[in-house]
Amino acid sequence: MTGSGGAIVIGGGLGGLWATLTLANAGFPVQLFSLFEVRRSHSVCAQGGINAVLDTKGQHDSVRQHIIDTIKGGEYLANQPPIKSMCESAPGLIRTFDRMGVTFSRTAEGLLDQRLFGGVKNKRTCFAGASTGQQLLYGVDQQVRRLESLGQVTKHEWWEFLELLKDEAGNCRGILAMGLNSLEVRAFPAEVVVLATGGFGQIYAPNTTTSTNCTGAAASRCYRQGARFANAEFFQFHPTTMIGRDKTRLMSEAARGEGGRIWVPRTPDDRRAPKSIPEAERLYILEEMFPSYGNTVARDEASRAIWRVTRQMGLGLRGTDRVYLDLTHLDRSFVATRLGAILDIYRKFAGVDPLDEPMEIFPAAHYPMGGLWVDFERDANGGMVSESPRNHATSIPGLYACGECDYAYHGANRLGANSLLSASFSGRVAGASAACYLRGLGSDRPRLRQHDIDSLIARQESLNQHMMRSDGPESPFQIHRELGELMTAKVGVVRANPELEVALEELRELDARLDRIRLGDAKQWANQSLSFARQLRDMLQLAMVVTQSALARDECRGAHYKPEFKLAIPEGKFPGDPEFEDYRARWQANNARWLKTTIAEHRPDGPKIDFEPVDTSLYPPVNPRDYR
Amino acid sequence: MTPAQDTAADGSASQDDSLSVEAIHLRIRRQDRPDSPAYWQDFRLPYEADHNVVSALLALRSNPVTTSGQRVEPVAWERNCMEEVCGSCAMLINGVPRPACSALVDQLEQPIVLAPLPKFPVVRDLVVDRSRIDTGFQHVKAWIDIDGAWDTHEGAPRISPRQWSDNYLYSRCMSCGCCMAACPQFGPHANFIGPAPLAQVRLMNSHPTGRYDKTERLHAIMGEGGLSDCGNAQNCVRVCPKAIPLTTAIGELGRETTLQALKDLFG
Repeated sequence: MTGSGGAIVIGGGLGGLWATLTLANAGFPVQLFSLFEVRRSHSVCAQGGINAVLDTKGQHDSVRQHIIDTIKGGEYLANQPPIKSMCESAPGLIRTFDRMGVTFSRTAEGLLDQRLFGGVKNKRTCFAGASTGQQLLYGVDQQVRRLESLGQVTKHEWWEFLELLKDEAGNCRGILAMGLNSLEVRAFPAEVVVLATGGFGQIYAPNTTTSTNCTGAAASRCYRQGARFANAEFFQFHPTTMIGRDKTRLMSEAARGEGGRIWVPRTPDDRRAPKSIPEAERLYILEEMFPSYGNTVARDEASRAIWRVTRQMGLGLRGTDRVYLDLTHLDRSFVATRLGAILDIYRKFAGVDPLDEPMEIFPAAHYPMGGLWVDFERDANGGMVSESPRNHATSIPGLYACGECDYAYHGANRLGANSLLSASFSGRVAGASAACYLRGLGSDRPRLRQHDIDSLIARQESLNQHMMRSDGPESPFQIHRELGELMTAKVGVVRANPELEVALEELRELDARLDRIRLGDAKQWANQSLSFARQLRDMLQLAMVVTQSALARDECRGAHYKPEFKLAIPEGKFPGDPEFEDYRARWQANNARWLKTTIAEHRPDGPKIDFEPVDTSLYPPVNPRDYR
Repeated sequence: MTPAQDTAADGSASQDDSLSVEAIHLRIRRQDRPDSPAYWQDFRLPYEADHNVVSALLALRSNPVTTSGQRVEPVAWERNCMEEVCGSCAMLINGVPRPACSALVDQLEQPIVLAPLPKFPVVRDLVVDRSRIDTGFQHVKAWIDIDGAWDTHEGAPRISPRQWSDNYLYSRCMSCGCCMAACPQFGPHANFIGPAPLAQVRLMNSHPTGRYDKTERLHAIMGEGGLSDCGNAQNCVRVCPKAIPLTTAIGELGRETTLQALKDLFG
């Protein structure tokens, strides 16, 4: 159990598969771990597209503009060198995906088509029908299968990462993992580990668009072993999602863009059929609150407005959180052509046709901008050094992180169609960095002691046995539901310090209740309840990091909104006016205080929060965002 | 898809009818281990209009008590995206192989009978081992042989919108295994590779550079367990949740393999 095991990659979504390909192409054997067959990863859910400046639409698009859009979209909170390198690499990534056979949608001339996406002015988004993430994932999945057939990659599907193995010097030297069928706990030594385990929307379940496996458990386990967690308070809520009992499903922004109207009956608990409610008795939420933008107001504004109407004014449909997203006033054939994909999803999962009845929607947790803290090495031109063992290294030597489980590219809010890009790019960078790290290792590393490994395995196995024999009054599934409700209500779209304090207290109570569960399944084979209950502990830990980080940040920035600390632009005042200049000064003072990365470190009594500076060397924040 | 079930679902269920249903009755085939015998259990859940089979199973796992009052282990089943794009949750629902997430309870006849996807070895309860699909993909080299995952400063050759739309149909295959489960020729009794990997041959062979390995892929499906084992039952295309024209692919491959056989014979 002491030999070199090359590289381990955990997670088989876009990030993990890119890291795998890059490491294997560099000549290192890779062991790839996943909770399930890798092609079922959450990357498949991304519908819209992937940004890359190709400038093929006669709009003089530029990489510089992509960089600026990404920086401003994140309200300057992301370090700028990684963003620069990502945007510069995007066209090359697209060409590589194209060579892999990804079915990108085409122009009449057979070139890659590009379309307009939220938050930008140019057509910059490549897409593959309405299933871009699925197609990109399959592209790299096929390549990994090819390398598997050549013996360069070994897949361990149905294995769950439990903890990192560290040597005496604190270097990550492999992992402990549990076979999800056999429940065997086994050590897998390696010289470097790349974590690519995705986001953690399940702490808001079922009020999240993420897949059931997006628990964040793996990242949480690394955090508990010393990896720093950054910007956890920034979670993007998508305003228009369809609430289900199992999850909420995304209804693309296009529905608002094409003329969809969001409304509720003006009278609370009005039970009439929507179409029988007269215009005058409807509250068109966004049109009344944002007269100049109406229904096309930005994602975060829309989410907050809906929140206000349902949670503060109590006007949600039938006393629930839901509001109408109405397409029934539009021309049926127009809607069918422009919004076919949305209609299909709603018909399929709600069993109702949005051409006949208004859809029912609510904001849901969609994408965490925060994640494991990772390093970068800046080059002379302000980008990332292309081959450096520092890029995407976590604070644990030998552990790298990429994809949605890192924090690197999106700052306080993510630009649409940048997530598939950051997952792919960061996977490739993390793979290359891990390869650099492997090349730089000396031959005289301390060996892991078999005795230490054995006692770690014994500890994990006894934890399993303890859980399987548990016979308390609590249900892990009920605790999970309460976690989702709590996070949605108190650490969601709108935040206030007193509520966050209460949330922390309640999270501690949920954590204590988890000690008193009854698992209800003692079978030593394919025990899903066991795996879930273990992950729930990690979800609670992450929820505490999110809440503590949210409590620490007293400002409004991107997806983190605390109205008590809002800096409002003086109405009708523009640069040059003393009132505006006074606002600018306050905005700058706020940046001096808060334009910093939130860093959480694990301590036995809860997360310890610190702040560190952000590299804004390329495009410093001089002017406040002003959408007037 | 049995037509009878579909009509019953769309046609008769008026709002009032569905409100009068008070419970969801699930009849589930259980199996503790791959080598242990299967058995059936019945469960009742409070009725909610917006349940699908996955959400019903999620609700059931909190309180898994059978209709005879016996507390049992929660049912094991696979799910992930719940948007019918990851392919995890395919199972046999009222005798039809289909993804459970898009199977709306209101559109199903009760009791709702759930069994594992047939033809694949059972792992536990509704979880099956679908690795034979992967083996099939490996066998037919379902990939484009690229020099490496780096930028060569050139993309793939152009693809016409028409060819794109043909290919896109096949690239949506999420390898859920429904087509394989429905195929009479596929299963533990036979070597037949099954419809999903065959459709990938069609997809890869039509790509402008994937075509370079066309001969090899055709040879891979010309031997035992290959294309000629298809019995033309056409079940695959009827159950595919993504409406992939699997039989069209198989037809095209039939012509291609015939031509290939002639080429092999006469050089």
